[in-house]
Amino acid sequence: MKFPYNETVLEHFRHPRNVGKIEDADGKSIEGSPACGDMVAVYIKVAPETNTISDIKFESYGCASNIATGSIITELTKGKTLDEAKKITWQQASDALGGLPKIKAHCSVLAIDGLRSAIQNYEERHGLVKEKEPTTVPIVRKRLKKVMNPIAGLDIVQTNLVKDIKVKAGKVRILVDLPEKHQFAPAIKEEIREKIEPLWDVKEVVIDFTE
Amino acid sequence: MKTKYVYLDNAAATRLDERVLKAMRPYFFQKYAVATSEFAYTPGIEAREALDDARQNLSGALNADPEEFIFTSGSTESSNMALKGVARALAEKQGKHIIVSKIEDFPVLHSAQALERQGFRVSYLDVDGTGLVNPEQLRAAITGDTILVSIQQANQEIGTVQDIINIGNICRDKGVLFHTDATHSFGRLPLDVSKTPVDLITVAAHTLHGPKGVGGLYIRRGTPIAKWLDGGFQEFDLRAGLENIPGAIGFAKALDLVTPLENEQLKAMRDHAIERILAEIPDTTLNGHRHNRLPQNVNISFHYIEGESITLHLDMHGFAVSTGSACFSRSLQGSHVIYGIGGDHERAHGSIRITLGRYNTLAEVDDLIQTLAVVVRELRDISPLGKDSSEEV
Repeated sequence: MKFPYNETVLEHFRHPRNVGKIEDADGKSIEGSPACGDMVAVYIKVAPETNTISDIKFESYGCASNIATGSIITELTKGKTLDEAKKITWQQASDALGGLPKIKAHCSVLAIDGLRSAIQNYEERHGLVKEKEPTTVPIVRKRLKKVMNPIAGLDIVQTNLVKDIKVKAGKVRILVDLPEKHQFAPAIKEEIREKIEPLWDVKEVVIDFTE
Repeated sequence: MKTKYVYLDNAAATRLDERVLKAMRPYFFQKYAVATSEFAYTPGIEAREALDDARQNLSGALNADPEEFIFTSGSTESSNMALKGVARALAEKQGKHIIVSKIEDFPVLHSAQALERQGFRVSYLDVDGTGLVNPEQLRAAITGDTILVSIQQANQEIGTVQDIINIGNICRDKGVLFHTDATHSFGRLPLDVSKTPVDLITVAAHTLHGPKGVGGLYIRRGTPIAKWLDGGFQEFDLRAGLENIPGAIGFAKALDLVTPLENEQLKAMRDHAIERILAEIPDTTLNGHRHNRLPQNVNISFHYIEGESITLHLDMHGFAVSTGSACFSRSLQGSHVIYGIGGDHERAHGSIRITLGRYNTLAEVDDLIQTLAVVVRELRDISPLGKDSSEEV
């Protein structure tokens, strides 16, 4: 039977590792994507002397790829230093699972976001973060690398869907190279909003389509 | 994995009834000639007679004349033809305004959107929390340039049945044509064109244990509609193309095999499933109308969990169902029907559609519910939602 999910993904989906809450977590996060509706919560315990993740758990309100990715990142990061854990990419998680369907990239990238946010949450709580940076075009571009292009299974920056970014007085304007009527246009639009709106100095996000 | 697989997605496609296949078989191997005029060769005349009989039976079920029923390749084509054919016939003469409900199936909705791109104006009527159109809102939406109203008899996802007699009367009052998509209700609910003022009806065989790729369009005599496919003079010169005679025979046979008793049994299984799931699985919401509902349709949202995960687990346990979750759809959009009835993203995300058919039994439904209860509990165990402390993070 040809199934969109391989055996490793299904195995993690059926028997997810490290599920649940850590009540006295050192860092925690909930990441959600209104575009596909999935959510992931990540909880970490940090050993301060080595700066390593001594325990990690996750919860998922999501589809199979979301659950499987949550499961695999707990395996990939346990015992790693925070800096190592931060560098884990969606591609590495996907590779560890033997590959995920392209269209599911945006559901699974959430687990990576959740991991990074949990680490950030730990760093903020422990005074390890630098001053707030004002939003610039490169910062917006970097954030947009988390928005998946479901056609390609790669992010919208890498696949050249982002034609233009303008940042001015709290207003971010993004031009997306897709017809507004495209089947994925509403999903991409929602996901861009979700990534850019939380930036501390952004007041308005405008998304235009080329057609 | 169970040894027996239980199929509960009969709104999508149904298992062909062996008796339908038996009726179709001769038209593949012995009587395969094209339907010809009575002045041609014998096999062609036989084929013509068989096609006429099938047309007679199907139109008769609607209490219509055979000349008012044409065969198509399925409900998608029928609805495309109804909307675009009427639009083409009336755009210059009468106007460019069309009214549809927000929860129509894609053939109607996307045909309306295609016409919109060609300069037509389309009103999308709201429905209430159970999926019902408000007839007074419809009346108010009809204007001088309205040419067509298209409102389904029953909904493909939540099974809600509209009061199409009332809707038809309003359209008749206002002098506007009325199309109804009866893809999921044909054979399951009464529909009589002498009682319902309807001008066009979409029907299909694939929902009735008939073959895929066969549908029909009822066109009331005198209804203005443009020729749909150019070519020969088939189907009363409205739709050219070699007739699908085995398909037409299969469609007629499939309808013939549906009995009032079967519809009663489906309804009893439906009610059993709805009552048990709502009573035994906590945090569930029924989608659609409790009573004005297709006999074969169950649609329930399971809060705090996602539909693709539910369907995948059920599949691994040997059950096929469907979901309105965005993760399941090709456009990554949640069900427009669940949004249409005022459901939020979460309700679409966890919605499961169970559609019953001839080959399902009450024991299978009970097995499904038992498995569903376990799957839902397991997925809720790993969900960050629905727990007391979930808000604090």
